[in-house]
Amino acid sequence: MIPLSHYLALGAALFALSMVGIFLNRKNVVILLMSIELLLLAVNINFVAFSHFLQDAAGQVFVFFILTVAAAESAIGLAILIVLFRSRRTINVDELESLKG
Amino acid sequence: MTFLQYAFYFFSAALLFAACMVVGIRNPVKAALFLVLAFFSAACVWITLQAEFLAIVLVLVYVGAVMVLFLFVVMMLDIDLAELRAGFTRYLPVGGLVAALLVAEIALVLARAFSPEDFAPPPPLGREHSNTRELGRLIYTEYAYPFELAALILLAAIVAAIALTMRPRAGGGKRVDPAEQVRARRERRLRVINMKSESPGKSESAEAERETETPARKS
Repeated sequence: MIPLSHYLALGAALFALSMVGIFLNRKNVVILLMSIELLLLAVNINFVAFSHFLQDAAGQVFVFFILTVAAAESAIGLAILIVLFRSRRTINVDELESLKG
Repeated sequence: MTFLQYAFYFFSAALLFAACMVVGIRNPVKAALFLVLAFFSAACVWITLQAEFLAIVLVLVYVGAVMVLFLFVVMMLDIDLAELRAGFTRYLPVGGLVAALLVAEIALVLARAFSPEDFAPPPPLGREHSNTRELGRLIYTEYAYPFELAALILLAAIVAAIALTMRPRAGGGKRVDPAEQVRARRERRLRVINMKSESPGKSESAEAERETETPARKS
């Protein structure tokens, strides 16, 4: 059998990789959104692993809710992105500074 | 090694490889496709954890809906890639440092706790055990209100996404204006004209005459 720590290590590695993605692609909003999806996926892996090893299905219910919120978040994020691109013709984070004081 | 272990390590490797490509690849379309691979591998990993319902939901909802949304948006936008890639290597040391710290911290925790003795693998579930039934029982009894809230969140997302991206069509389009319809009067739609009665089989001149007198509908 696969021990719990291997699943946790997988989740941690995925989380760290997505973190690097947020740092590296900090100008491209699309890749930023994708990295956030990966972060949530890493968290979900931990939830499912603990739910399996503790034999408690409530963890999987929480994964269900996280999936719902993540889907809503990415839909609204992409809608905002489209509106932004229509008005500014760019998705570069550095150029979206009109609210800067 | 058993088949389950082979499967787990293979899909984990695929997941990490796909995540690396999502983060590092130049083309956003390819990044979205690698994200599809990552979600699919994660679904396979979840199946090794006997979470079949969530694995299939992940494939259906994420690969089927969210990633298609991402692909649509990426292809719709005309992005200057070279400009967006500037500073990619500049942030590599910082990002790598943060990631290494994260991995080191979690390795410290994993080395001490969560040993196989503390978390023994659960006994295998019987053939008649249904993951879907178990989840449904929880969702519709204990977590009924949070479930309704999740539905509301999805509704809010739909309304927000449509309200944000919908814009009135240039030139008004072919939509009808209800106010205009309600304000309609007989005088604006119909014009009664006087004309002589005609007998059938007359010359074309009468035909032409009638054409000129045909009341134009509301301009």
